[in-house]
Amino acid sequence: MSTTDVISLLIQGVLLGGLYALFATGLSLVFGVMRLVNLAHGDFIVVAAYAGLSVLLVLPIHPFLALAIVVPVMALFGYLLQLGLFNRVLGTDPFRPLLVTFGISVIIQNVLLLTFSADTRRLSAGAIETQSVAVGPISIGVYPIAVFAVALLVTAALQWLLYATPLGRQLRATSDDPEIVGIVGVERLRIFAIASAIAFGVIAIAGVLMAVRTNFDPSIGPGRLLVAFEAVIIGGLGSFWGTLIGAMVLSLAQSVGAAIDPAYQNIAGHLVFVLVLLLRPSGLFPRVIHS
Amino acid sequence: MSLLEVTALRAFYGDFQAIFGVDLNVEEGECIAIIGANGAGKSTLLRSILGLHRQRTSAQLSFAGREITALAASEVSKLGMSLVPEGRRLFSSLNVVENLEIGRSAGRSGYWTVERVYELFPALRELARRPVTKLSGGQQQMVAVGRALMTNPKLLLCDEISLGLAPIVVRSMYESFKQVRVQGAAMIVVEQDISQALAVADRIYCLREGAVVLSGDAKSLTRNDIAEAYFGLGAHG
Repeated sequence: MSTTDVISLLIQGVLLGGLYALFATGLSLVFGVMRLVNLAHGDFIVVAAYAGLSVLLVLPIHPFLALAIVVPVMALFGYLLQLGLFNRVLGTDPFRPLLVTFGISVIIQNVLLLTFSADTRRLSAGAIETQSVAVGPISIGVYPIAVFAVALLVTAALQWLLYATPLGRQLRATSDDPEIVGIVGVERLRIFAIASAIAFGVIAIAGVLMAVRTNFDPSIGPGRLLVAFEAVIIGGLGSFWGTLIGAMVLSLAQSVGAAIDPAYQNIAGHLVFVLVLLLRPSGLFPRVIHS
Repeated sequence: MSLLEVTALRAFYGDFQAIFGVDLNVEEGECIAIIGANGAGKSTLLRSILGLHRQRTSAQLSFAGREITALAASEVSKLGMSLVPEGRRLFSSLNVVENLEIGRSAGRSGYWTVERVYELFPALRELARRPVTKLSGGQQQMVAVGRALMTNPKLLLCDEISLGLAPIVVRSMYESFKQVRVQGAAMIVVEQDISQALAVADRIYCLREGAVVLSGDAKSLTRNDIAEAYFGLGAHG
């Protein structure tokens, strides 16, 4: 393998981290604010992909424009799901939300199977999928760059929201002490619903951008959940920049593993995840929302 | 009509009853002290009034003319009741000024602004951007009081603010309450220190095993009366 190939491999690996970061950011936010481990997170990403597909079946528009519909719809869905269901199962028993979200995961997969069949699908974004830019001898895909840029924007926006706005203050305070925020007029359950809406908005972006990059079918949700979990844990819980870097580390490990042997792709990622857990159990950048 | 009227308040933790039919009222601008030994139910009483503890019943629980039994703490605080909780319970990921500013979430305008809190506690001005976890106990207590004041309360509940603080800090804290009362806020102060309670309060309620065993004007009660009620026996020496 030449030096050019190695550099190209590393760049591809880092850029894939953008998509992984989008998978993981919603999970990081929801866990950070309300300690909810959403086992259906990956399946909601797949729901967003199918939502994008459904929009394109009705409206002949570009997938990126479909985001203008899918993101608000998913955010509203997340808000209502939190108010109507998740808020009822949050409490001192951590198993209740785990069981509920596991059940939702199973339901989503079966409903998608019944509705869309097991056929693999993909959204077409046109020329951008195959376009590339040349940097010296290295050719880099435009679409991965675009996805990575979106991940950077989303991460920066969430970081700004959390640390520079009154809403962000309320989100962090609720994460710190969900009971005592009440004494300053903050409604904990409403804050949870807002956090969920934001997370589902990011899930929507992740789902549609994933659907352009790779084939999808109703069964791939748990795989996305695993990627999201590993990225969050590697980066450090609650830190969005940490999540982005964790996602890049994970995707880089997978790319290197795949270059050695395609069969090693996933195992290389898991190996790095286990190594980080062993050496730095709090993750690489544990600037947590909750301290 | 009183600012706060509590009639026959009972509070529970599962099957365990912690408060037994407490009657209590607070007039506008008044300061009352609730005293009692550890486990007497003082904190539970405050938490039940504010709505932080929801496992309670009462014949009447009204604040500023509104029945508040069914309201959550977030709604009660919007009506003008706030709390300085035991142990301070500051938001650890927020710095000093953020802990103060979040008090504005109650949506109540009035005398208290960040600038006025700095005037009350000048030490906080220089610490504005410091994480609250890096503050001393006394400084943290100032932030906790400031946070509650930022909601511009009509009634401020203070739960054992002297706990774990040096006597000089406690004195300065109670000194600052004079300014709070000048601005018209009523107060309920939970204290274990009888002298402190007598010095600050207009009226005293003494709680033992979840029930009011003595109440009256602070000036008319003697230390012996209080000690007898406090410990459930006569004071000797």
